[in-house]
Amino acid sequence: MKKTPLNQVHKNMGAKMTDFGGWEMPVEYTGIIEEHKAVRNKCGLFDVSHMGEILVSGKNAKKSLQKIIANDLNKLEKGKIIYTPICKEDGGIIDDLLVYSLQDDQFLLVVNASNIEKDYNWIKEHLLEDTTAENLSANYAMVALQGPNSKKILTQLTDIDLNSLSYYRFREAKVAGVNMIVSRTGYTGELGYELYFEPEEAEKMWDELMEAGSDFGLQACGLGARDTLRLEKIYALYGNDIDESTNPFEAGLGWTVELDKGDFIGRKKLIDIKENCCQRKLTPFVIRGRGMARHGYEVYAGEEKIGEVTSGSYSPTLEEGIGLAYLKSEHTEVGSEIEIKVRNRKIKAEVVKGPFV
Amino acid sequence: MSVKEDLYYSEDHEWVREEEDYLVIGVTDFAQEELGDIVFVELPEVDEEFDKDDSFGVLESVKAVSDTFIPVSGRVIEVNEDLLDNPELINDDPYGEGWLIKVDPADDSELDELLSAEEYAEFIEEE
Repeated sequence: MKKTPLNQVHKNMGAKMTDFGGWEMPVEYTGIIEEHKAVRNKCGLFDVSHMGEILVSGKNAKKSLQKIIANDLNKLEKGKIIYTPICKEDGGIIDDLLVYSLQDDQFLLVVNASNIEKDYNWIKEHLLEDTTAENLSANYAMVALQGPNSKKILTQLTDIDLNSLSYYRFREAKVAGVNMIVSRTGYTGELGYELYFEPEEAEKMWDELMEAGSDFGLQACGLGARDTLRLEKIYALYGNDIDESTNPFEAGLGWTVELDKGDFIGRKKLIDIKENCCQRKLTPFVIRGRGMARHGYEVYAGEEKIGEVTSGSYSPTLEEGIGLAYLKSEHTEVGSEIEIKVRNRKIKAEVVKGPFV
Repeated sequence: MSVKEDLYYSEDHEWVREEEDYLVIGVTDFAQEELGDIVFVELPEVDEEFDKDDSFGVLESVKAVSDTFIPVSGRVIEVNEDLLDNPELINDDPYGEGWLIKVDPADDSELDELLSAEEYAEFIEEE
């Protein structure tokens, strides 16, 4: 299994480890519910070094990426970040990622761990001349500091004015004497930062942050809490809620597709999809019966199967079962009663307006 | 991680306590630790009968679903109703308030096939 530079730190802390797409990652340290609540109320620190980084640079870097991604790089100036899908010709989602504008001709793509090779090959294949893509995933450690106290914690370790760093912007800065990218982003829906730096500095950075956070309730958090936190905010998880067989419109990501920006891969089909959108939609629901929905469970309205659960979990904030399912559009209205098939019986659930929290 | 003396254990991580007329069954400290925060419990009906190693219930943690397997054959005479609203009792007190069911055993000799505390401690050491 692949290991992040913080692998030993997690083990020393007694984390429960799991295989996550070929990476040995911490699921939880003291318990998912406790870690989840720390992020909502105070602050949590996550190792997300398994994420991939691909640098696209050269004369035609911007032009190339405009062809590859669905969102519009013209929204992006130096120091800004956008979220975007990359689609196939048929509109299916190859990956969802962040694009950082480092220079006019240099962009850093932060991609899902399980898709690094696939994305890298796809991007290389579609680059225009005088442009290169480099897979720099091994050159970066990445941690996420997330929660209402994150700014107070980070402020202690850096000279930059974090008040002037707004959402989806980044800055190159020194934190605890280490050079890094400080990015006002995250996957939890809370105030937070993602930090990118050299792997050699990872253990030192982890310790510095934990130390600076000790008066602010900072808690080490694993992938378990990361998943419940993102689900409460309905952030799509690649491989669960979106993949090559789903398109951005049915996934609720229509806002990331800029059909008017000029040609890009998938555009022709996506125009079509948008016009007829959608036969099915990714729909949030709350469990009203006794039980829990999980990925892959079937959803019914009466005898008719109307979809499948893509994400399902217990919500530590709401203290009830929640989930997302692709449902036939006529069943997606808020308040619709649906049933989830759980181990050969059906439990009641209700379509709700997202996000859950 | 604690293993309690004077209980019988199964390799599926259930424990059995012998009372005068019945058996009490629960999951071990090791099992609750592996599962993490338990948020939902499905238990059988009173009077349901099970053969040894049948699945008699389900424990769901935040992340995972796990069946519970009955270590001895018998008829359910009581289920722990407190768990329906407070499933975390299994995490907090797996050998006490977190018990799952009480069973009228069909065959007392089945207890002899289970592990002793010492044997179970060795077993989880190897897991």
